[in-house]
Amino acid sequence: MTTEKINEQKIRLQTKDLTVWYGQTPGVKDISLDIYDKKVTAFIGPSGCGKTTFLRALNRMHDLTRGARVTGKALIDGQDIYDPKLDPVIIRRKIGMVFQKPTPFPTMSIYDNVVAGLKLVGIRDRKLLDEVCERSLKQAALWEEVKDRLKSPGGSLSGGQQQRLSIARALAVEPEVLLMDEPTSSLDPQSTTRIEELIGELKEQVTIIIVTHNMQQASRVSDYTAFFYIGDLIEFDKTTKIFTNPDQKRTEEYITGQFG
Amino acid sequence: MRSLRSRYLRGNLVLGFVILNTIVVLIPLFIIIAYVVVQGFNYISIDFFTKELGSPARGMLGEPTGLVHTIIGTAVVDLIAIIISIPFGVGAGVMLSEYPDHWANPVLRVLNDTLNGMPAVLKGLLAWFLVVKPMGSFSGLSGGVALAFVMFPIIARATESALMNIPWSIREAGLAIGLPRWRVILSTIIPAAKTGLVTGFLIAFARAAGEAAPLVFTSFGNNYMPVKFMGWIFGPVDTLPMRLYSLAISPYEHWHGLGWAAAIVLLSVIIASFVIARFVIRDKK
Repeated sequence: MTTEKINEQKIRLQTKDLTVWYGQTPGVKDISLDIYDKKVTAFIGPSGCGKTTFLRALNRMHDLTRGARVTGKALIDGQDIYDPKLDPVIIRRKIGMVFQKPTPFPTMSIYDNVVAGLKLVGIRDRKLLDEVCERSLKQAALWEEVKDRLKSPGGSLSGGQQQRLSIARALAVEPEVLLMDEPTSSLDPQSTTRIEELIGELKEQVTIIIVTHNMQQASRVSDYTAFFYIGDLIEFDKTTKIFTNPDQKRTEEYITGQFG
Repeated sequence: MRSLRSRYLRGNLVLGFVILNTIVVLIPLFIIIAYVVVQGFNYISIDFFTKELGSPARGMLGEPTGLVHTIIGTAVVDLIAIIISIPFGVGAGVMLSEYPDHWANPVLRVLNDTLNGMPAVLKGLLAWFLVVKPMGSFSGLSGGVALAFVMFPIIARATESALMNIPWSIREAGLAIGLPRWRVILSTIIPAAKTGLVTGFLIAFARAAGEAAPLVFTSFGNNYMPVKFMGWIFGPVDTLPMRLYSLAISPYEHWHGLGWAAAIVLLSVIIASFVIARFVIRDKK
């Protein structure tokens, strides 16, 4: 496991010996990892290796999972994410998330979906909401396709558009970190390309962590890569290093397709 | 291996058996509906919907009588039951579905199942104790409370299953944009489950509308229109299921006929609410 500083980048998120327990069984064990500001970090590894489990620990999504519990530390800008005095809502405003399957809110229009994170906490300023809606949809590269039908239901869009809608909705609350859990695994190649391009544009403003089991995707979009295997973080380094000259034998075996 | 022909034959035999069974089950239903309609149809008239029942002498003297006070009373009592049971039922359903780890969840589940299985007459006694006794009078309000006890557990269960049908990922998506839990439930989950909820309300209503037992000690019954408007709520009022019973056991032929007519109205209301429930479900799909 790499613990020394890779370079002088600013650290945004940090975990120290973070373990997620499902009952008595650890889903991931003692993960210590630094996530660099305004970079894309990819989590790769075979199914069941704990990459999603670890990702969900970063914005307290396990709070709702029965029997799940997190030990160790997770910090954002030095602040403890699991501080019992801290409302998880505040953490989730800073650390947004996009899921594997598109999740538009079923009864809401495209517009209401995008601004849900603002409107539903009481922001009624129409002008502000309009601006946020346009900005977020543009950021998510969906504006041109939907600008004439913002009132139609979110569910009427295609799968790829729905996923970009989910991204726009996550961006509308201006998170500092965006967690993406296999965001393209249910999409066609064209939509996947759109979303990968999007990740490249978004990293100028937000720190992105993407879980993927597509290694080509990790090498295309990420600056750093963490390789997980059966609940352990095996190796973390610059993506170019991981994919060309990994330190660990198992990383190399996975990268070269010997298992997975 | 059996020939294709014999497999088709067996398939058709099973299908025939299933259809036959369905018909056997449906026959009694049609007999009941047909018999009620035949017996009561002649008593359905303008008077039936516009005049009150009064004393038995009215019918015997050939004066116009009807059940307008019963129909209005049923509407009042059922409406009170709906107003009371929907907020509590939906609230309980939300607890059952959305807070599986809360300590109150298993307690509520046991209480809800108990209430659901409790004989309806006991719900009437409970409402008598809670409303009639303290207020000192039989009333439409107490009848509504008694029927609310009938509707509440059904609505709670229907709400629970409607909410459970909404994918968990929608809740997580709501939380992930920094919404508090209650806001996610109120603004995304409940609207998404709307058709399921409405179906639950209608099924619960259809159940409660046919109940006579909880009303015996509560709304009590009345042969006349209440004198004052508030008498519908605070005085004894007539309801279709109870009136049907009292007309049926009366010794007057004319009242028997009115009872059949009352049964037609009651059946229509219940069938209508089930049909509406079906359409609501169909619309969704």
